[in-house]
This record gives sequence, structure tokens and C-alpha cells, in this order.
Amino acid sequence: MKEQELKKVKEYKYGFTTDIESIRAPKGLNEDVIKFISNIKKEPSWMLEWRLKAFKRLKNLKEPNWQKPKYPKINYQDLYYYSAPKSASEKPKSLSEVDPKLIETYKKLGIPLQEQKKLSGIAVDAVFDSVSVATTFKDELTKKGIIFCPISEAIKNHPELVKKYLGSVIPITDHYFATLNSAVFTDGSFVYIPPNVRCPMELSTYFRINDSETGQFERTLIIADKGSYVSYLEGCTAPMRDENQLHAANVELVALDDAEIKYSTVQNWYPGDKNGKGGIYNFVTKRGACRGKNSKISWTQVETGSAITWKYPSCILQGDNSVGEFYSIAITNNHQKADTGTKMIHLGKNTKSKIISKGISAGQADNTYRGLVRISSKADNSRNYTQCDSLLMGNKCGAHTIPYIENKNLTASIEHEATTSKISDEQLFYCNQRGLNQEEAVSLIVNGFCKEVLQQLPMEFAVEAQKLVGISLEGSVG
Amino acid sequence: MLDIKNLNVSIDDKEILKNFDLKIKSGEVHAIMGPNGSGKSTLANVLSGRKGYNINGKVLYEGKDLLNVPIEERAQRGIFLAFQYPTEIPGVNTNNFLKTSLNTVRKYRGLNELDSLEFIKLVKEKSENLKIEKKILSRQLNVGFSGGEKKKNEILQMTILEPKLAILDETDSGLDIDALKIVSDGVNSLRSENRSFLIITHYQRLLDYIKPDFVHVLVDGKIIKTGCSDLAIQLEKEGYEGVGEAK
Repeated sequence: MKEQELKKVKEYKYGFTTDIESIRAPKGLNEDVIKFISNIKKEPSWMLEWRLKAFKRLKNLKEPNWQKPKYPKINYQDLYYYSAPKSASEKPKSLSEVDPKLIETYKKLGIPLQEQKKLSGIAVDAVFDSVSVATTFKDELTKKGIIFCPISEAIKNHPELVKKYLGSVIPITDHYFATLNSAVFTDGSFVYIPPNVRCPMELSTYFRINDSETGQFERTLIIADKGSYVSYLEGCTAPMRDENQLHAANVELVALDDAEIKYSTVQNWYPGDKNGKGGIYNFVTKRGACRGKNSKISWTQVETGSAITWKYPSCILQGDNSVGEFYSIAITNNHQKADTGTKMIHLGKNTKSKIISKGISAGQADNTYRGLVRISSKADNSRNYTQCDSLLMGNKCGAHTIPYIENKNLTASIEHEATTSKISDEQLFYCNQRGLNQEEAVSLIVNGFCKEVLQQLPMEFAVEAQKLVGISLEGSVG
Repeated sequence: MLDIKNLNVSIDDKEILKNFDLKIKSGEVHAIMGPNGSGKSTLANVLSGRKGYNINGKVLYEGKDLLNVPIEERAQRGIFLAFQYPTEIPGVNTNNFLKTSLNTVRKYRGLNELDSLEFIKLVKEKSENLKIEKKILSRQLNVGFSGGEKKKNEILQMTILEPKLAILDETDSGLDIDALKIVSDGVNSLRSENRSFLIITHYQRLLDYIKPDFVHVLVDGKIIKTGCSDLAIQLEKEGYEGVGEAK
């Protein structure tokens, strides 16, 4: 048993559980639970009303079922919607007040929270189950007028910003999971960059699911005011559990005139074991609005974890000359499934979008790229370039590319390229003959395949991501 | 260095090498010539560890059994195969591939790994000798290379990895005369007492530039004749059949 555990930990090194006393909401989904969440977070009444409105709407919505990876019916009444370490029930005022057990947990995950051991130039907000437990570099950011805090704090301290922008990109009526999130969201990060400020460091949120039978419903809102710039990165891990856990986040980005937001994700939720038992259902809604002219939103995602990944980080290109980008690596191994891609909605004139998607399938996994490019009648001279490449390893996995293109403007230019390839025995033999073992060879070839996307990551994370790409595919050839 | 005894190799039920024997000592250059389908490339593949063959017999490399050693370990121990058709690996930068390969091999041999600066210096020197254009090295491995560029790239890798036993599988095919000369110079500059070569070729042409110590004629999975470099000239004149009959 012990050995088995060890072997498992080797396969997914973030699979440990932190033994910590937690406060939970009563099980189930109902108005009382929503009131409980709002109450424990000491939210103003407008927020509770907002949540209840979403919940009311949810009752009339049906769970979507058009995606390729199917999953057993989720019993929404059998989940905990709020779980937080008891020690964090009063948000610690400084890092010295943070429960050492939590500090230790993040240390194990490679995220130092003590600022003296700071991750060079990166401010971190650490979210543990349903609460933010620590945010680093707050003072330094505050000097520049940047707000980087848990969203639960922003609701209390910056209600004017939250009221104005929350739900403005993903309306509470949007779709089942987005609406569910609006009703029960617990924590996440809030970022506001004032006009003409270039955020001096990477902002980063580290999400950790710890408790069992809980869903994590985080909410992130990033606003880049006129002429500002911010680069933001999120990372995610969870313990290994035999049950499937739901992660349904909403992320909203707003870029005003001449502003730029770069949003990177390294998603490494527990993928389930080799036989497909357990793992996270990663059903996430991410959407950015290029609201101002000349604004830019760039999504980069490296998706290696989760039993099922189902998400389409999208850009609504409202402002004239705005730019949307989507760079994606989705790796599925063993029994993992992914249905991911993007939506580029061109509304303004001279808007540009670029989609680079790299899907890698191994084992018995199934990987789908699904993307929408929509050019509206007013979006004169808009351009889109899409490139979807799939790489297959072995002969039991699947790769699918489903592009949707809707064009209502004759001046638009739309390009779509797609390739499917397989790592050949010849390529592996060639690498082996030069001294590389099977895993090194696969890692080299796959990293080469994803290079265009990896290059988009902030440098500090690119190296980590490269390693992760290699590790995710270990044992997939042999 | 290399001692092959009674080697039998087949694919499915087709026999390719039959009771094959060959001994290569340190510092020797052996050429194997033979018609298409005689088993030349199979020999190169079996020695470098390629899968898919039924193999019987014994192969000793530096006195130790070779046949059960994994491909990458054979490479690390100093066996290098210059491919007849070098494989294209899209996305993988040639320089980066070479560096990874060199450092893996150096690590195995107990040498320190080269950092980027040291590596660039080494590659610059070696590639200039082979008249390889710098821009090729920043391209994707073998992708879009001309036939000559691919073969030169193989020889470049050989000079950088410094193998003990280098197997050249029809490296001369598809090379123009200038490239052939450059490749041969590259091989000749590597000749030393503790490095052996096994050169597989169709044509005597290459052996005008690389003088082998021994020439073997391989027909139908067997060496039918062994001689010194003059044998290659005789082959060119009389063809494989002529030499075979002479036996």
C-alpha cells in the first residue's frame, strides 16, 4: 500500500493533502447556502442579491451537453460549495499571521509566500479551496495605484469597480456553469491597473483544491484601464482523490483603450489515475473584452491536468484596431479528455485575432479543438489567422478539430490551417541513436511541437512548463 | 572493438543476414560494399539497436555483449550511425538537438556538460570545417535540408559526438563531388587509433577519398570476399557478379 502511494505521488507530485481543520457550508445547493457564503464573507447586500438573481436564473437553465467528453451526471446537491481552513476565517492581516500549515503547503507546491524568499518579481495571491490565504507584494503594488487582492476584499473595498465590471463580460445569464459560478463563487483574484501604468511585476494566483467533496468556484476579474499593461499567471493543483471534483471558474478580463492584458495559465489539476479514476472536471468560463480601441488581450494556456478540460478562453474585440490572441497547449494522456479552444468575436473595425492551438494526445485520451471565429457586419478589414496542430502518440488516442467560422463582412480575411501528425518510430530511433532515452526524446519532440506557444509564457514559467510537458507524457511511449 | 559472430537476422520470415561474421579492431576502417538488398543497411540498424528484427548470434562491443543494450546506451558508449535518410523532426532546433545529444553523451562518459557558450564555440569550429552554413543550425532538425545538407549534418554530429565506432550508411549517396570531398575530409580528420569506422556504400567513388583498411563484399546476407582497398576498384570494374564468380 505504502509503495503504491509512493508510486502515485511520483506520477503526480502535487497529489498530497494538507490535514487542516476546515469550515464548510452545509452540503447542497440552495438559497441558504448562498446566504451562508455571502454572510461568512461579510458581503454587502447588493452582492447577495446579485448571487440570488443568478441562482434564480440557474433554476431555468439546463446543463449543456454538446461537448465531446461525456461525464456521469453531477449531483449538485451532494457537494460542498464552501470550504475554508478554520485558521483563515479571519483573513490574516500579514503573512506572519498565516497558518504555518498553509505556508508549508505552498512551499511544497513551489510557491514561497514569504516575501524575503520572493519569487523574483512575481506577486502571488494564494487561493486555498474557497478562500484567499495570502497575497504578496501588496504594498509595492499599492504605491503604483495597482489593486491586486482577493475578490472578496475588492467587493468590500472597491465596490464601485466590482459593480461596474463584474458580470459585464460573462453575464450572470450566460450559461449553466457560468451562472452556477455567479451564484456560489467563493474567492479568486481581483486586479485593477490604473491608466498608463505598466504593472512592474507578474501577477499570479495559485489555486489549490484541498478538501474532498468540494467544488471550487473561483472568480477572477482583471481590469486594465486606459494605456495600462499587466501580465497575469494562474497555476492550479489538487490532491489525488478517487472522486471527481468540479472546478467551475469564471474569469473576466476588461481592456480599455490602448491597454493590454496577457493572461497565462498553467493548469495541472489532478488528472485521475492511469485507469481514469478520479481527477478534476475543469469546466471554466474565461472571457476577455477588448472594450477600448487599440486594446489587446492575449490568452496563453498550458493544459496538462484534469480528467476533463472544457473551456474556451475568448476575446470580444469591441474596440477598433483591437487584437485578440489565443495560444494553447492541451496535453491529454491515459484517460484524460479535453474539449478546448477559443472564440474570437470581431465587432470593431480593423480587429485582428490569432489562434495557435497545439493538441497532444497519448494513451487512450481524446483531445478536441473547438473554436469560433465570428466576424460581424461592422468589423471591416478584420483578420483572423488560425493554426491547429494535433500530435498523436500511439494508436488508441484521438484528436479532433472543429472550427466554426461565421463571416458577415466581405472585407474580412480569415485563414485556417490544421495538421495532424504522429511521433514516428523513425524520429524516436533517431533521437535514441543520439543518446537520448525514450522520455527525453518524446519531451524534446513534443516541446518542439509546442514551441510557438511555450515562447508566449513569461520566462520564469516557460522552463517549468517545458518540464511539465515532458512529465505529463512520461510512459506514453514504450 | 567489434566482434560479430554467426549473426543471423530476419524480418518476418525473410532472412537478411546469414551466418555473418565480422571483426573490427580499434583504429581500423572497414568498407562494406554490396548490391541493393544484400543486407548492408540491416547490419547498420542491428548494430545501432533498431527494433523490428529477429536476431540470433553474438555481437561483442569492447568485449561486452551488445545485443541487449538499449539504443541510447549504445550511442552513449560510442556507437554512432550516420543515417542513410536522416529523419526530419519538425519544431526541434538543430543546435538545441545537438547540444542535448552531446551533453547526454558527455554525462554518460563522466565529462562536464557544456554550457551554451562553450557549445556554440565548438559547433562554430566544427561546422566551419565542414563548410556548413550557420543558418542551417538554427533551422528545424533536417526539415527542408537538401540531401547534401542532411548528410553534412550527420557528419557534423559525428565530429561533435566523437564516437568510438562510427557507422556510415550510404553517406555518399546523393552527394555532389564537392560535398563528397568535404564529407570525406571530415571522416579522415577523425581517423585515429581508438576510433573505428564501418562504411557502407554502393560505390567505389567514396573510397577514393577515404582509404579503407579492408573492403568486404556483401551479397545475399553474406560476406563473399574480403580484401584491401584494391578490391573496391576491382568491384567497380567487374561488378558484384564478377567478384562473386571469382570466388
